[in-house]
Amino acid sequence: MEIVLISLLNGFVYGMLLFMLASGLTLIFSMMGVLNFAHASIYMLGAYAAFDVTRLIGFWAALIVAPVLCGAIGAAIEIYGLRRVHHNGHIAELLFTFGLFFIFERGVQMIWGMLPVPYRVPPLLDFALFRVYGSNFPAYRGFMLLISGGMLLSIWLLLTRTRIGLIIQAALTHPNMVSSLGHNVPRVFTTVFAGGCFLAGLAGVIGGNYQITEPTMASALGPIVFVVVVFGGLGSLMGCFIASIIMGMIQTFSVIIDGSIADLVKGFGVSIPSDNLLGEILNVPGSRVGPLLPYALMILMLLVRPRGLMGNRDT
Amino acid sequence: MLKHLRRLIGAAIVLGSMLAIPVAQAQETIKIALIAPFSGPVAPQGDAFLKMLKYAMDNVNARGGALGKKFELVTFDDKITPSEALIALKSVTDRNIPFMIQCIGSNVAAAMIEGVAKHNARNPDNRVLYLNCAALATELTEEKCDFWHFRFSGNVTMRVATLVRGLPPEVNSIYLMNQDYLYGQGVAADTKKFLAQYRPDIKIVGEEMVPLQRIRDFSAYITKIKASGAQALITSNWGSDFNLLIKSGVESGLSLKYYTFAAHVNGAPTAMGDGGGDRVVAVLEGHDNMGIELKSAKYNAWIDGFRATDPGFDYPWINFQSMFDMLATAITKVGSTDVLKVALALEGMEVTDLSGKPSIMRKDDHQLLHPFYTALFTKPVKNESEKTGWGWKTVNGLSTADLTFPTVCKMKRPI
Repeated sequence: MEIVLISLLNGFVYGMLLFMLASGLTLIFSMMGVLNFAHASIYMLGAYAAFDVTRLIGFWAALIVAPVLCGAIGAAIEIYGLRRVHHNGHIAELLFTFGLFFIFERGVQMIWGMLPVPYRVPPLLDFALFRVYGSNFPAYRGFMLLISGGMLLSIWLLLTRTRIGLIIQAALTHPNMVSSLGHNVPRVFTTVFAGGCFLAGLAGVIGGNYQITEPTMASALGPIVFVVVVFGGLGSLMGCFIASIIMGMIQTFSVIIDGSIADLVKGFGVSIPSDNLLGEILNVPGSRVGPLLPYALMILMLLVRPRGLMGNRDT
Repeated sequence: MLKHLRRLIGAAIVLGSMLAIPVAQAQETIKIALIAPFSGPVAPQGDAFLKMLKYAMDNVNARGGALGKKFELVTFDDKITPSEALIALKSVTDRNIPFMIQCIGSNVAAAMIEGVAKHNARNPDNRVLYLNCAALATELTEEKCDFWHFRFSGNVTMRVATLVRGLPPEVNSIYLMNQDYLYGQGVAADTKKFLAQYRPDIKIVGEEMVPLQRIRDFSAYITKIKASGAQALITSNWGSDFNLLIKSGVESGLSLKYYTFAAHVNGAPTAMGDGGGDRVVAVLEGHDNMGIELKSAKYNAWIDGFRATDPGFDYPWINFQSMFDMLATAITKVGSTDVLKVALALEGMEVTDLSGKPSIMRKDDHQLLHPFYTALFTKPVKNESEKTGWGWKTVNGLSTADLTFPTVCKMKRPI
């Protein structure tokens, strides 16, 4: 029982972190049709920038400076890069961001070195918030929930309650119409791209010391964020949110499952021997296949419902 | 920030000068190819290995190299994939480089053993010798052993034996966590074998095989370990699988001892920080404070020389020095770089390692036999690890003789 409660909390924290990354990506993807491969790199840049700012000024300053910096980088990428390759079609844009991913990874390695940097949780938040059945729940995880929850609320308010949100939502589905009405659609694109990068940077600031700040952090988190976006569906923040939480929970809960599918059916009196290939697969315990589950779910989703959980367009 | 900028400019200059190298080749050298991951997720390891190997090689060069020539490393990127490594091997043999070092990834090493054996059988005039400095799966010198492959690093079995015999008597319940591939599976199997043999009183209360470098949050595992009531965790996880595991464990306030195979490897002390202090034990061949413990001027000078280059990590692999010492001795002895002659000279060779203990290259399986130690991450120590304030202190050790296990290797010899 206690395992379930603790895993629920941890799964939620991880899910919220995924959401911070995926929300920006899904907005960019659904609005501009660009699958931004460099999105996780911005997350990494956010973590490294936060590490440097923390050393120079302090963590609280980093919490503001690093995301703003990432937003600015995002805006620059959109204006000077994406916009120029845009007329060559989506493949060119895709390749452009794919190249950026490698440049960022190599750049980070050259500037900060190949080894992890000691970006640590600020001392003010480095204590146990409460204890659940003898296990500490670190205050920093609570802080992460606070930040990501606050972010969720503010994007939702921004998109549904303000004029700019109205235009963004309109541009998501009818860019030509919005343009005809006299709105500057390219500027809306830049805003959304910069906003997405801001969120990724913010995720980097709070995720960098929750995990480890190292040059591989982008490639480690990148694929799962794509899974979230595809699974959640295009153009739907709600779908993205639900998908993030589902993926966070899957990754946390699959670990604690010791039984396999074979054990499950054994309960019904059917025993599966592990001497053939299929039998062997069915006998692998859940904790060992867990990390593959998100990808399996994504494939299943694409087969059954290509538009994703709550998407309004096909992927 | 300024420091980073300077480093960036430095990197640019280095890059620029690298492009200009082929112009002048000062004198003839003995080339050694280094095939390692220099890009991709394991690039930090490849980069660190290059620095450490180069330092050991420069030491031999400072003593005059061999045959009046200096050694020179030529690097090839294998991205830690067997297919890329085989392509690199092709370039090595195309350039007639007689010696090849490949150390990271036992799966890559298995492919290299086969690749080298095939090449040498087909091209007796252009052979290459495989010097393995850290691919640790025991099979490589057992079932898969080959005449052209020499392993200059203690295998999994030797490491696990050191760890199990170093477990304090009060430990009686243990949790195992290893990565789900050749190396991790080998550690798991050997741990169970040695626990049954040396410490039948210890109960294994749980076991995990985690997918390689896939898990981003280990808190669920920590919860499971906690529920099992284990006193200690034995883990061969390395890279982010180790760093994130320790981080989650420390954050959750779990009072647990970690017995590890990789906590001393570059990057891990930084990731552990204060959380790993007095809690983490590592199995290692040497560490930065061992020279001080042994009062060995030679070892101290060697470590101080490396630390003076400000590499940003420790140098535990003292067997790298033994490898270059042995290679130089063998080449000097036979008077040429003929691969077959050098290989025969390496067989059965004995050198004294930096700690003053014997290191023997066993003829039967080409496995280096040398001592191993367990050390605690503690303070105060003279040489701290990666500016954490903490460093390694020897707890226990097994001698070369203790770690000489029988081999099942049936080697096909060319003569």
